[in-house]
Amino acid sequence: MTATEMRPGAAPEPELAPPRRALDQNWRRLARMGAVAAFVEVFIALSGMPVRLDERPVIVSILSLGYVFIGAIPIVVGNRIGRQVRREGVPVHKAGGYELLAGTLAGAVAAAGLSVLVALLTHFDIREPLVNWSPQLLDLLSFNRGPVFGVLIWLGIGAVGGFIGGGLRLLPARWRRTLVTMAATVVLISILEQLVADLVSGVRLEPVADWFYGRRGGLTHSGAGVTAAIAGVAAFFGRGRLKAARAHVQSLEGPARTRATSLMILLTAAILIVVPLLVGSLTNELLANVGLFVLLALGLNIVVGLAGILDLGYVAFFAVGSYTAAVLTAATSPRINPEFPWFVALIFVVVVTGLVGLFIGAPVIRMRGDYLAIVTLGFGEIIRLLFLSDWLSGWFGGAQGITAIGGVEIFGLTTVDGTNPRGVFYLVLVFCAIAIYVSWRLERSRLGRAWMAVREDETVAEAMGINTVNVKLLAFVVGAVLGSFSGAIFANKVGSVFPSSFLILVSMVILVVVIFGGMGSIVGVIAGAALLIGVLGGPKQPGLLAEFSEFKLLIYGALLVWMMLARPEGLIPSARRTRELHQEEFLQDAWLRGEVDTDDGNGDAQGTEGRS
Amino acid sequence: MNGSSVPLLEIRDLSIEFGGLKAVNGLNMEVNDGEIVSVIGPNGAGKTTLFNAISAMVPITSGDILFESSSLLGLDANQVTARGIARTFQNVRLFTNMTILENVMVAQHCRTRQGAFGALLYTRAFRREEDEIRARGEEALSFFGSRLVGFRLNQPASVLSYANRRRLEIARAMATQPKLLLLDEPVAGMNPVESAELTRLIGRLRDEWGFAIIFIEHDMSVVREVSDRVIVLNHGELLTEGLYADVSVDPRVVEAYLGQETIVEDAIKS
Repeated sequence: MTATEMRPGAAPEPELAPPRRALDQNWRRLARMGAVAAFVEVFIALSGMPVRLDERPVIVSILSLGYVFIGAIPIVVGNRIGRQVRREGVPVHKAGGYELLAGTLAGAVAAAGLSVLVALLTHFDIREPLVNWSPQLLDLLSFNRGPVFGVLIWLGIGAVGGFIGGGLRLLPARWRRTLVTMAATVVLISILEQLVADLVSGVRLEPVADWFYGRRGGLTHSGAGVTAAIAGVAAFFGRGRLKAARAHVQSLEGPARTRATSLMILLTAAILIVVPLLVGSLTNELLANVGLFVLLALGLNIVVGLAGILDLGYVAFFAVGSYTAAVLTAATSPRINPEFPWFVALIFVVVVTGLVGLFIGAPVIRMRGDYLAIVTLGFGEIIRLLFLSDWLSGWFGGAQGITAIGGVEIFGLTTVDGTNPRGVFYLVLVFCAIAIYVSWRLERSRLGRAWMAVREDETVAEAMGINTVNVKLLAFVVGAVLGSFSGAIFANKVGSVFPSSFLILVSMVILVVVIFGGMGSIVGVIAGAALLIGVLGGPKQPGLLAEFSEFKLLIYGALLVWMMLARPEGLIPSARRTRELHQEEFLQDAWLRGEVDTDDGNGDAQGTEGRS
Repeated sequence: MNGSSVPLLEIRDLSIEFGGLKAVNGLNMEVNDGEIVSVIGPNGAGKTTLFNAISAMVPITSGDILFESSSLLGLDANQVTARGIARTFQNVRLFTNMTILENVMVAQHCRTRQGAFGALLYTRAFRREEDEIRARGEEALSFFGSRLVGFRLNQPASVLSYANRRRLEIARAMATQPKLLLLDEPVAGMNPVESAELTRLIGRLRDEWGFAIIFIEHDMSVVREVSDRVIVLNHGELLTEGLYADVSVDPRVVEAYLGQETIVEDAIKS
């Protein structure tokens, strides 16, 4: 980044007053960003999201999630427009009045989009192509008080929102952080309602849950106040400590570090074991779904994140795992029905998926880059179509699939199936632990290094004695086997498998989870699955925001675009990946610490030059 | 050691064509155990193509390449490396996001055996092999003094200066435990002090590590200093070969490549 943000507060010196042209550019930028935001507002409104999300209160009778969505945009725009940019060392605007004025204007322009929309909604009816051009939208946008009020109120909301957004820039960082944390926490706690309420009730504190959350969803006023207060205090006083604690853990070395890490792992494991006992079956179902996707994402992470093979047909292995388990355990499978116990079937699942991985991998793996991605996409579909085909319907039941698959019998003790989501979750948890161990061990082995080398430069890896075909194939197979575990659990959890459960969409969702969470990072991938699948929901599984389900893919896409722009390394990236994507900054840091060596003192073509 | 009569590397009638272009044309050459051979020639003479052919990175059109009396034809690049030929690249190609230590560790891939199961079960054999890989990697790195070891070990290769990247690339090639080392312009871009140092190191590579070395170089002071024999290529063909003293005054070499100034320089120096 060549533009550096300037602290608000620090007034520029008089001789560095912004040149006239820069000011012109500022106004143009304002108009542009305002217009884009206005377009986004109208787009969101017409997508139907606000109307649908209006059913989901954040704070009872005050604020719904629908309004949060359209109301947040002026604030964001107002904040962005106030960003201080230095061009060639000269700030393009004076800190102070500009932020407030530009923020207000930009916010107003953004929300003016909705004002225009209100006017249009009252005078025209184009419901025919635009399904969401509805009276409900008009009511929502005009707060049930008529179009004139609607037009004016949005100009007002936009201006106020923009003013707040711009004003945030002028606040000291600590206060700004506190306010943002408070707002974000209230929304988050409201979104997590099901989980939190369930958990609180689980520890026999139903009255607290009732007091905290309204009867029909959303935080009560007192609940919101308490949440905001706690979040505010924590952000105001706690952040420094949190940072210090993290720095302390990172500075630990040797046995102390190991102890800290294992303590953290034990704590996480304890939470994951205790939480399902406290929550109800709906939440457990959710956790189990998240677990299934964590398992899939961990498998794909080995293929994409470690070995750098962009596999767009990963769902194939999920499907093969599911069908193999279904055929071998269900009494009703069409051709062969040995009715193996699930754990016996699992051995076959591993073998079969491994073989399928080899078969698909062998021709695909010699390709590189885009070609490989396209071909894997094709194979993903081929596998699904094979299960769907009449040709194999004698084995797999075609479109009817295989139904009445029994649960997983655990050593005669208990049977885990869809009616027992808690059991499913524990089962998934065990396999996630296995997948994490496998990823973690392999990454730090001869094989893991070879994968990384292949990802970095395949030609050189080959010249350094790595059999790239074998190594990539192995990544493919390991990934396939991990995915098949998820498939096998899925089949016995749901109790039936259909070809329509294995659409290409599943591949895409898993890939988005991996990219969003952070390629090559185990923790990142888990966090990505928890957020995307847990909150938004999987391809067919509802998340905490069930209201979102229609707009899931829209949000996925928007999140992905935003992530690629703002944080391409993902939510919780691996150190290596961060380095890769922010090499310049990394090198500058190393240079500042005096760790970039310039002992040769001559042209350092790729190192330090050309980076002023 | 092989018998002195059998050359380590023998190239017979090698031709490489790209479309209609003959990059290498009917080349014959030999390299013996423990020999340092430099390859010189003008741009486009086919020097790097020759390296690429030996390391199986380009397909050869006709002819044969024998290493320790058996042909390298039809082998993949990784198999050639496993047979004992390692190389560096003209435009340094490190695994820049891997650490310096990992760069030399990964190069031992073809000399080590532990697979996925060893890693998963964390067997004693696996741990022993990891320790060995690490020790051998550090040994190769410490050949270049303290530059690449110590706190540098766990830094990514991207922080290295240009000269140190070249050194790391040589260390990475050494880590593959080759018998023959191909160095493509090892001192390119280095200053005179560094290039003199690296020239000495090339001599030590042969003396202490027992590698035979072929290197491509444009810096005649390096060629003069360290090579046992000089091979001159021009338009993909062998122009001449022999001792530096003889080759450098050969009128054909002077015309095709060196130009008059080198002779004058040499005359002044000697």
